[in-house]
Amino acid sequence: MSFEQALPYIFLLLMALSILIYAILDGFDLGVGILLHRSSRTHRNQMIASIGPFWDANETWLVLAVGILLIAFPTAHSIFLRELYIPVLFLILGLIIRGVAFDFRAKAVTKYQNLWDQVFRLGSILATASQGFMMGAYVTGFEDSVQAFLFSCLSAICITAAYAYIGGAWLVLKTEGELQQYAARKARTAGWFTGLGVLSICVANPLINPQVAERWFSLPAAILLLPIPLTTFSLMLVVDYYLKKVPWNNDLGCWIPFTAVAGVFFMCLVGLAYSYYPYVIPNKLLAVDAASSSKSLSFVFYGVAIVLPIILIYTLFSYRIFKGKTTALEYS
Amino acid sequence: MLETFLLSRIQFATNISFHILFPSISIALAWFLFYFKVRHEISGHPVWLRCYRFWVKIFALTFAIGVVSGITMSFQFGTNWPGFMERVGNIAGPLLGYEVLTAFFMEATFLGAMLFGMKRLPSWVHTLCTFLVAIGTSMSAFWILALNSWMQTPQGHIMVDGVAHPEDWVQIIFNPSFPYRLLHTLLASGLTASFLVAGISAYRIWKGDNKLAPKVALKAGIFTAAVLIPLQIFIGDLHGLNTLKHQPQKIAAMEGIWETQNGAPLLLFAIPDEEQRTNHFEIAVPKLASIILTHDSNGEVKGLNEFEGEHPPVKAVFFSFRIMIGVGLLMLIVSWLVSWFLVTKKTLQKKTLLTLVSMSFSGWVATLAGWYVTEIGRQPYLVSGVLKTSEAVTNLPPSNVLFSLIVYVITYTLIMVAFLHTIFYMARKSAAVPEFDLSDLNSGTSLTNYKGKGVNSNNQPIGESA
Repeated sequence: MSFEQALPYIFLLLMALSILIYAILDGFDLGVGILLHRSSRTHRNQMIASIGPFWDANETWLVLAVGILLIAFPTAHSIFLRELYIPVLFLILGLIIRGVAFDFRAKAVTKYQNLWDQVFRLGSILATASQGFMMGAYVTGFEDSVQAFLFSCLSAICITAAYAYIGGAWLVLKTEGELQQYAARKARTAGWFTGLGVLSICVANPLINPQVAERWFSLPAAILLLPIPLTTFSLMLVVDYYLKKVPWNNDLGCWIPFTAVAGVFFMCLVGLAYSYYPYVIPNKLLAVDAASSSKSLSFVFYGVAIVLPIILIYTLFSYRIFKGKTTALEYS
Repeated sequence: MLETFLLSRIQFATNISFHILFPSISIALAWFLFYFKVRHEISGHPVWLRCYRFWVKIFALTFAIGVVSGITMSFQFGTNWPGFMERVGNIAGPLLGYEVLTAFFMEATFLGAMLFGMKRLPSWVHTLCTFLVAIGTSMSAFWILALNSWMQTPQGHIMVDGVAHPEDWVQIIFNPSFPYRLLHTLLASGLTASFLVAGISAYRIWKGDNKLAPKVALKAGIFTAAVLIPLQIFIGDLHGLNTLKHQPQKIAAMEGIWETQNGAPLLLFAIPDEEQRTNHFEIAVPKLASIILTHDSNGEVKGLNEFEGEHPPVKAVFFSFRIMIGVGLLMLIVSWLVSWFLVTKKTLQKKTLLTLVSMSFSGWVATLAGWYVTEIGRQPYLVSGVLKTSEAVTNLPPSNVLFSLIVYVITYTLIMVAFLHTIFYMARKSAAVPEFDLSDLNSGTSLTNYKGKGVNSNNQPIGESA
C-alpha cells in the first residue's frame, strides 16, 4: 500500500485517537458537571476548581475530531450531520450554555451563582445525553424506527453515566475528605449504569449488524477478541472495589479509578473500531470512498505529524502545573 | 413557510455575526494583557498587575463565548452547507485543520495556565503563557482569514468534475485579497479592544473609581486607538483598491454605482432602488469616487450594469459600508481628541468619559458592518466564480432549520444580555473595592512604592471625581 493509499486509514486512526482523548478529557469535566453537588456551595466551588484550567483545551479535542471528519471524510461529515441535525443542535446548545455558565459563575453577582451552577449542570447533561444519542443512532445505522430510537435513548443514559463515572473518578483523584467520598459513591452508581450500557451495546450491535456478528463470533476472531470484554469488565470491578473502600489510608492509589476508567474507554473504542473498520459510517460508507483528495490529506498529514506531538507535550505541561489536589481557583 | 435556503443563510449569518464579536475582542485583548504583564515584569509596579487582573477576567469570559460559538461554526458547514465541503472541502478542510492544530489547541491549553497558573509558575513562564495565548489568537485569525480570502479571490486550485483540488498551497493561502483582509481584520480587532478597554475604564472612573489602574488602562486603550485608526484607514483604502481589481462588482455595490461612468461621484447618502436600478435622495461629492478608486478625477468606474445577475444585493452592502466608514471616522475624532486632552490637560471631563463609555462597543458595530460589506458583497457566490451559495445548501426540511434558528437566537440573546450585564457589573465591583486589594502575590506592595516607579506621570487625577 502506498503512502497515498494509506492516508484515509491514517486519518481514520487519528480520528479515533482524538475521539478517545476527547472522551477521556472532556469526559471528566463533563462528568464533574453532571455530578455537581446540589447542596453545598463549597463542594461546588471545589468541583469547578478541579476542572477550571482544563475544560477549554479538553473541548478542543472535539473540534479536532469533527475537524478530521470534515477534512478527511467530507461526505461522511455531511451525512452524519444531516442525519443527526437535532441531536447535534442539542449537543452544541449544551456545550454553549455550560461554557458560558462556567465563566459567568465566577464573575457574576453572588445571588446568580446558584443559577449558573444549575445551568452548568444542565448543559453538561444535555451535551453528554446528545452524544450518547448520537452514538446510538450511529450504531443502528441511522435507522428510522421505534426500536432504534429507544436504543438511542438507552445509549444517551448510559453514555451520560459513563461520563459521570470518569468525572467521579477524576474527583477521587483531585479532592479529599467528604467530597472525595461523595464522588466515590456517585462514581460507583454511574459505574453500574456504564456496565449496563457496555453490555447493551455488546448485545444490540451484532443483532443489528449481521456483519458485526460475523466478525465477533467467527473463529478464531472470537477467541482473539475475548480479552477486550474481559479487560473491560475486570477494570470495572477493580474500580468498583476501590471506590467502595474510599477513603484509603494516605489516599493510596487515588489515581487508580481514573486510569482504570480511561482504560475502559479505550477498550470500548477498540471494540467499536474493530466492529466497523474500514467503514466510516457502518455498512454504508467506506473510509476510502469518503476520503478527500490525497493532496489535501498529505498537506494536513505533515502538519499533524509535526504539531500533534507538540500539542500532547504542552497538554501534559498544563496538567503538570495543576497536579495534586485541587486548591481554590483564583484568576491570577 | 420560509425555504431552507433562506433560513440556512439567516442561521449562518446569525451564528457568524455572534461569533465574530468575541474573537474581535479577544485577539487584541490578549496583546493588551501581554503588554500589561510585560510592563509589570519591567517596572515591578503593581498597577500593571491590577490592570492585568481586571482585564484577564473579561478576556476569559470573551474567550469562552468565542470558543463555544466557534464550536457551533465547525458544525454549521456540515449541517447546513454540505455542498461547501463536497465541492471545495479539499481546500477549506486543510485550512480549517491547520487553524485547529496550530492555533486553537495552543490558545486553549495555555489559557488555563494563564488564567489560573500565576501562583504556580515563575513569573516569566506565566508571561510566556500569556504571549503564547496571544500568538494563538492571532494565528487563528491567520488561517480563518486565509480561507475566507480564498473564498473571495480563489486561486491555486484546479476544478475536476466540479470539485476543487489544490495545486499550490502557497498561492491558495497567499491569495490576492489575503494580506489586506488579514491586516484590516487584525487592526479592526485592535480598535475594538482599544475602545472597549478605554470605555470600560472610563465607566469605572465615572463610577467614582479613583484608583490608578483604570486611568492607566484608559490611556493604554485610547493611545493605541489613536495610533491604529489612521493605519486602519490607510489599509482599508488599499483593501478597497484590491477589491476593485478582483471584485469590481462589490465596489460598484459599495459605491452605489449603477452605470459604468467616468468621473463617478462619491455618494455620502442615497437609497439604492434594486428594482428600478437607480438611487433616490442622493447626496454626492462630484468625481470623488473616481479620485479615490482610480486616483484620476475622470477615471472610469465599472457600474453594476456590467454584472447583471452576478452582483450582490446593493442596499445591504451600500449601507453597511457607510456605517463602517461613519464609525471609523467617529473613532478617529474621539481617539485623537481624547489623546489631546490626556496629553495637554491630564484630566478628562465627565462628558468625555461618557463619550468613551458610549463608544465601548463601537468596534463591534464597525467590525460587523465591515464583514457584511465583504460577505454580502461576495453574493450570489459562496466561492467567487466557483460555487454559488444556492448550490451548497442542505436538503433538510425547513422546519428543522427554523427550529434550530429559534434555539440559537434565544440562546445568543440571553448570553449577550448576561455578557454585557457581567462586564459592567465587574467594572462597578472593581470601582467599589478600595486600592490594595492585591493578594499575597505582591507582598512587596505598599503605599510608598506607589509613586516613583515608572509611572510617575500617570499619577495625576484623570476623572473629575478623582
